[in-house]
Amino acid sequence: MNKQYILGIETSCDETAAAVIKNGTEIVSNVVASQIETHKRFGGVVPEIASRHHVEQITIVIEEAMKKAGLDFSQLTGVAVTAGPGLVGALLIGVEAAKSIAFAHSLPLIPVHHIAGHIYANRLITEMQFPLLSLVVSGGHTELIYMEEHGHFEVIGETRDDAAGEAYDKVARVLNCPYPGGPHIDRMASEGEATIDFPRAWLEEGSYDFSFSGLKSAVINTVHNAQQRGETIVPENLAASFQESVVEVLVEKTIRAAKEYGVKQILLAGGVAANNGLRTELQKAVENLEGIELVIPPLKLCTDNAAMIAAAGSVFYEKGIRADYTLNANPGLDLESFSIK
Amino acid sequence: MKILAIDTSTNVLGVGIVNHEKVIGEYITNIKRNHSTRVLPVIDFLLKDCGIDKSEIGKIVVANGPGSYTGLRIGVTIGKTLAWTLKVPIVGVSSLKLMAASGRYFPGLISPIMDARRGNVFTGLYKYEDQKLMLVEEDKHRSAEEWGYRLKEYNQPVLFVGDDSNIHKETFTNILLNNAQFAPSSLNTAKPGELGLLGKDLDGEEAHLFKPNYLRLTEAEAKWRDENREV
Repeated sequence: MNKQYILGIETSCDETAAAVIKNGTEIVSNVVASQIETHKRFGGVVPEIASRHHVEQITIVIEEAMKKAGLDFSQLTGVAVTAGPGLVGALLIGVEAAKSIAFAHSLPLIPVHHIAGHIYANRLITEMQFPLLSLVVSGGHTELIYMEEHGHFEVIGETRDDAAGEAYDKVARVLNCPYPGGPHIDRMASEGEATIDFPRAWLEEGSYDFSFSGLKSAVINTVHNAQQRGETIVPENLAASFQESVVEVLVEKTIRAAKEYGVKQILLAGGVAANNGLRTELQKAVENLEGIELVIPPLKLCTDNAAMIAAAGSVFYEKGIRADYTLNANPGLDLESFSIK
Repeated sequence: MKILAIDTSTNVLGVGIVNHEKVIGEYITNIKRNHSTRVLPVIDFLLKDCGIDKSEIGKIVVANGPGSYTGLRIGVTIGKTLAWTLKVPIVGVSSLKLMAASGRYFPGLISPIMDARRGNVFTGLYKYEDQKLMLVEEDKHRSAEEWGYRLKEYNQPVLFVGDDSNIHKETFTNILLNNAQFAPSSLNTAKPGELGLLGKDLDGEEAHLFKPNYLRLTEAEAKWRDENREV
């Protein structure tokens, strides 16, 4: 078999990233330029600033990925890029750069859905076994995705309001944690006890959808009420109570879906997959299930990166998916519209 | 040497090809449509139509601002990525200077106008001397009214160029009276061939460092600076 090298490019939010993946599973290079420090003082990602940074970083990051891979553009099989969803101005930089490289070197251009990328980060750890279920949890997404085969995506559950990561960020802000707050809440939760009984949004019976806005409001109200009454709340206990509510719903629905769909693998994906509370509870729950393997990528592959985009791009390339030079950034790109089946 | 010129700073999408001194291809539209889906297809089409292979491109010139933030980033990202990956020099030319080039035969001052909302404009002041386009006052974000009074001090005819000058026609005419003159629509759309010529003799810039001249901080940065009294 000829070696397949895919260059991946990812600029959907605040990381400018490029990577080269060999044969869909092997990381040859993986470069990420994070803007977290820049956005910190604003307490969150400012889209216009993110776009400005991407323009300044894009060719530097791609060059580093190519240099580390020790490859020339003529040795590439194709260029894969995140076409959406994400911040439109940020996505555009990656899309224009990818199109320019594809054009300059007459390479196939492969559009990749950001969430498909997060799922395929797992293929860089171990081969996928179908059918599988993926729990995608990040600052912008909370979804349960069922896959029968490569390139097939069925969204069986998704958040109806805030993403889990978004709720983490907002709770972190109430507790005056620096941005990004998720890791702080996770750490505090490990030091505290779940003493407050926050609501769990199970929604209708049998639903795999999620909802975190009610929980978020409950946390904020608890803090405000305590402030008004002059009571002190132990922040670690609040964090632990909040995290317990989020994790319990995520884990319970994932396990239920895994059983119902009879999957062989559960893949955890997205930035919140770095959360220790979630990793631990999911591991515990899967241990009780026979014949189901749990795959959790290392931290570096959970947060936004281009290795995952190239990994997904590799599969899409084999399936014959191509874009032409009219490819545009699509902030609301639908995953199922990407599905092969 | 063949030069590829790209302008996406306003609603005008312009791609031009210059061969030595000669403009051999130009593609211009002046419509409100997404530049992202169109710039590379246009470059591809125009090169093919002119019988030029991309490997023959020897230099890339991009109108690098001011202008629409997103529009600028599209042209700049394509320009810098192509220049870097094809290993050719890239140069930036002011988008306002490019617009001012329409006033070549105007015996006076030239003020290209881009609307910046709330009575403001992006503009500079230019003048042709011995067939060479000279900068008189730098490109800046200004109040249209204050700019009108500033121009009045020159006591000379001023040609306003660009579709957006119509938005401020009344302001400028009230202040400058007969000295305010307005270019016709055919001269309001910047010529990408002219962009290639303006950049032809400029030294190449480092592609990695090439970025738009927005001429304005983002709102978030301006607000943060005000709140933190950063000077």
